[in-house]
Amino acid sequence: MELDEVDRRILNALQGGFPICARPYRVAAECLGLSERRLTARLKRLLKERVLTRFGPLYNADRMGGSNVLAAMAVPEADYENVATIVNARPEIAHNYRREHRLNMWFVGAGETPEAVEAAFRQIEAATGLVVYRFPKEREYFVELKLKL
Amino acid sequence: MKLDVADRRLVMATQAGLPLVGQPYKAIAEQLDISAEEVMRRLAAMQAAGVLRRIGAVPNHYALGYRANGMTVWDVADAGVDELGERVGRLAFVSHCYRRPRHLPDWPYNLFAMVHGRDRAEVEAYRTELRAILGPACRAEDVLYSSGILKKTGLRIGG
Repeated sequence: MELDEVDRRILNALQGGFPICARPYRVAAECLGLSERRLTARLKRLLKERVLTRFGPLYNADRMGGSNVLAAMAVPEADYENVATIVNARPEIAHNYRREHRLNMWFVGAGETPEAVEAAFRQIEAATGLVVYRFPKEREYFVELKLKL
Repeated sequence: MKLDVADRRLVMATQAGLPLVGQPYKAIAEQLDISAEEVMRRLAAMQAAGVLRRIGAVPNHYALGYRANGMTVWDVADAGVDELGERVGRLAFVSHCYRRPRHLPDWPYNLFAMVHGRDRAEVEAYRTELRAILGPACRAEDVLYSSGILKKTGLRIGG
């Protein structure tokens, strides 16, 4: 989809800061020089065309009392699909990506407690015979949201 | 922040997005059988506590032409890593930036910065910029390009 000037203005201005008030679309639209209806119609289209993944709150799972840990494995290519099936079958595994490296499988374990995540990693190690490298966050550096279009 | 049952219901009801209606918080409130004021009060409290990072448009990098994503990783001297990590996080092309443990000798890297570009050449140009910023504090580096999504689920909340 081709973005026009109005789409770009909306995307650049509304990656955050959407107000919490009775008529937030109207308030946001006024700041952009648009009508409320025009803004919601544009957002509808941007969502339908999948330019936006979603419009709404972006939560920080780390601050919700649960535990999220990034982990990786070096999986032999011949076993890759089998290992992916074993890893993905665990409900604690939230994301799993193939990456081009000796450590070629990267996933996130998510659970109510660090112990629950650790138990899932141990079970994956037992089921695959591979080492799960744990990469828990030691520190998060501030990132601004700033994709400019 | 410890979320209570009502907070968690609110998170589950809104994590896929806000309704595109004139009074979206009221629409959610009706669905949860609480008042619009309570929805707004709880969202504001979660935002103040950092549980809610922000409210707005979440762009689809891939659809916008940002097709290459590289997890850049760096072995940065411990003494300088936090100051440099803060600087790297502020760069426009970095979407996530974390300090994580090394696993020596296999994995010497302690600074992770996710970089998005239209193609790998653009990501490589950003790596060059990062290299210049990190300077002599950085002793080794690599980039891991993603080549497939094996699993992706929505937010799950603990507690």
